[in-house]
Amino acid sequence: MYVAVKGGERAIDAAHAWLAEERRGDLSVDELSTRQIEEQLTLAVNRVMAEGSLYDRELAALAIKQSRGDLIEAIFLIRAYRTTLPRFGSSRPVDTGEMACIRRISATFKDAPGGQVLGPTFDYTHRLLDFKLLAEGDVAPAPVAQATPGPVPHITEFLNKDGLIEDQPHDDTQPNDLTREPLELPADRALRLQALTRGDEGFVLGMAYSTQRGYGRTHAFVGELRIGLCPVSLDIPELGFAIELGEVELTECETVNQFKGSKTEPPQFTRGYGLVFGQSERKAISMSLVDRALRWRELGEDNVGAPAQDAEFVLYHCDNIQATGFLEHIKLPHYVDFQAELELIRRLRAEATANATANATATALASTDMNEAAE
Amino acid sequence: MSAQTHPASGQIAQGQIAPIHTDQAYNFAYLDEETKRMIRRALLKGLAVPGYQVPFASREMPMPYGWGTGGVQVTAACLTPDDVLKVIDQGADDTTNAVSIRKFFQRTAGVATTEQTTVATVIQTRHRIPETDLSEGQILVYQVPIPEPLRFLEPRETETRKMHSLEEYGLMHVRLYEDIARHGQIATSYAYPVKVEGRYVMDPSPIPKFDNPKLSQNAAIQLFGAGREQRIYALPPYTDVVSLDFEDHPFQASKADHACDLCGSNTAYLDEVIIDDAGGRMFVCSDTDYCSTRRAQGHVGRLGTAQEHVA
Repeated sequence: MYVAVKGGERAIDAAHAWLAEERRGDLSVDELSTRQIEEQLTLAVNRVMAEGSLYDRELAALAIKQSRGDLIEAIFLIRAYRTTLPRFGSSRPVDTGEMACIRRISATFKDAPGGQVLGPTFDYTHRLLDFKLLAEGDVAPAPVAQATPGPVPHITEFLNKDGLIEDQPHDDTQPNDLTREPLELPADRALRLQALTRGDEGFVLGMAYSTQRGYGRTHAFVGELRIGLCPVSLDIPELGFAIELGEVELTECETVNQFKGSKTEPPQFTRGYGLVFGQSERKAISMSLVDRALRWRELGEDNVGAPAQDAEFVLYHCDNIQATGFLEHIKLPHYVDFQAELELIRRLRAEATANATANATATALASTDMNEAAE
Repeated sequence: MSAQTHPASGQIAQGQIAPIHTDQAYNFAYLDEETKRMIRRALLKGLAVPGYQVPFASREMPMPYGWGTGGVQVTAACLTPDDVLKVIDQGADDTTNAVSIRKFFQRTAGVATTEQTTVATVIQTRHRIPETDLSEGQILVYQVPIPEPLRFLEPRETETRKMHSLEEYGLMHVRLYEDIARHGQIATSYAYPVKVEGRYVMDPSPIPKFDNPKLSQNAAIQLFGAGREQRIYALPPYTDVVSLDFEDHPFQASKADHACDLCGSNTAYLDEVIIDDAGGRMFVCSDTDYCSTRRAQGHVGRLGTAQEHVA
């Protein structure tokens, strides 16, 4: 008797109920609050905000809770929510020079105006499991230093004063919006940076790493990496001036890259740029390396065929929501197409077998003829 | 359950229209009006240039890319409150993803749904064209994974767009010729490329090539949505659509060489189902509405049992 694929609707409802139960886990264990996620899984929240392209800690925490900690699933929830939001306008460009830095380091200068601030970093921690955390021990308060108010100059600007680094002229052109217009190639730098900042951290990291290993090498130094809060303001036409809406935490990375000069450009340092929501250092550094690699054409460099130089390859594959959706769709039924393939392969095999039999008969006949001839 | 129950017959009774519970938290059919307008513009352009892939700013939908987001956006842009929607996947109304998409529109648009091809005004489909002829005024929306028929010959979008604009389709014919040289026939069984009105080579989405003839001179509007790839294309009613072939190797629509074991149809596309541990097979219509309609009319296949005639 044939047991069929019936009751899809009931199966879906039951699966969702089971999922909800699994998400909650053991009922004798306290439920995780979104506030706890916001406060204690901050870097996960940051990643969801960055790749979800929506700066909202509470919603990101909710998405992480709902997705059982699957960050790509959480990013997907945020993206699907974000797409329904109305747009009131565009903020003024944030001035990262005004950033209240919690971390600011340069790998190119030992010190610089504004100083180096290590901040809350995993760097230099020994990666030893801290078994004390199993017992949820309290944390001793960290020492506090006096904040230095005022703008913090960008370190690359010191190089710019000597003309040692390429100048990036101020440009007020309204950039295209990746979320409102289809991606069309060639994409300008603003669009590439948009795609990279919401691109999958793992993918962008892999691309950046490949340039370090020689696939489109760009010899990057971290000129400056800074993390902190930046004010966001919006021009209100009715008021005739901009008002501050709030602050966003940003990670900005500027790389200084060797450049021997080309037919069009004199030898000078060049720039790679990364800017990501939240404390997302790995992503910001990766982004700036890939940004620099993608600039080969405007700088007159050779295309050595490296993946990270290929804008079409990078931009079409960096979005994890697109990638995971298409990858996972092969779980869906394909039996109509598979049936067509079954018919085809049966027909091809039948013909191949028939040909083989015919050939064998012909060969046998030929050898009989030859034997007869020899006799 | 006996063999006379179709493997994927739905829970919505034939001819009935499902009840309506709309989610008021979202705009009609989920998308905001501006987005729907943008999609309609792309659809109109697609209809004006049949077979041409129109870029559109695809939105993130609450279902994953690759699961019909293109089709869902096109359907959302087409739906009006009076529409009657049918959703099929693999020809069946009851496959899980068809159920999920139908539920989505019940929830966000509150439109009536049906399983009957003849009653529906909008049909969203994945991988099949219904067996029953469509009529004027109906819209068939296809979910498209890879809209570019040349993609597996040339991975770069920048190149394939150039090839389309120059009508440079030699590469496709070379591929089909290589199939013939190697296998004695064109070894493409689904997503079989077509030429539209003698101009654009188009991917008909992964329908089996059995369905290709139905693309041509169809009375319904056929719309194709590829969400992840951000492309829309279209066939207005009564468009000429020709499956690519050679004079000495003409296109052949093929299907399993059987009759439906439930309704006895000799002409419908069939699914093959393994029914026992010994690998026994049965063949049933992939189009569940077509099959159950025939059985209601008294047709009985090899493993089917007669149904009471529904007046």
